[in-house]
Amino acid sequence: RSRRGGTGRDRGDTGSAMDPPSAAGLGGADPQLQRFIEVETQKQRFQQLVHQMTELCWEKCMDKPGPKLDSRAETCFVNCVERFIDTSQFILNRLEQTQKSKSAFSESLSD
Amino acid sequence: GMDSGFGSDFGTGGGGGGKLDPGLIMEQVKVQIAVANAQELLQRMTDKCFRKCIGKPGGALDNSEQKCIAMCMDRYMDSWNTVSRAYNSRLQRERANM
Repeated sequence: RSRRGGTGRDRGDTGSAMDPPSAAGLGGADPQLQRFIEVETQKQRFQQLVHQMTELCWEKCMDKPGPKLDSRAETCFVNCVERFIDTSQFILNRLEQTQKSKSAFSESLSD
Repeated sequence: GMDSGFGSDFGTGGGGGGKLDPGLIMEQVKVQIAVANAQELLQRMTDKCFRKCIGKPGGALDNSEQKCIAMCMDRYMDSWNTVSRAYNSRLQRERANM
């Protein structure tokens, strides 16, 4: 199931606001509709990532659901989000490097 | 398709002589998106809470299972909100560093 919107010009799964997706062609000639689509698409990418990270981090951070979210679990969730984004950026950066050095992708996989 | 006769006034209540009102469309789209997000949340919450609370499936949900599911739902929402806040903070930080 695809979890990403945008048109591929964004920086992978960080879903960041750094590269707004291109809405060219969508919304036709109406700039306000185009802007609306850009904004909503970005919001949706944010939402999708929250869904995804909540699911992943739940597995790592939640034992038995109690009457409240204790501070240890809460810290775990916050760390989990940060480390997930770090992982995503790490992967992108390393991929960029291995492409630049022109070694075959499969070569770098066996590192 | 949409023609170029919308101008820039939105939400005028559809008095545009039969043309589509972009403001209305945008509102409808927002509603659709909200519904889709709620469904997504519910689906994942159901999955997680079923896993946490239901052992060997019996003939009905017993009291402890129901209590567990109720607590699980609340904790899932807490988790979702925590993740949302943490992610938002991280995005702000990234933007500030650009």
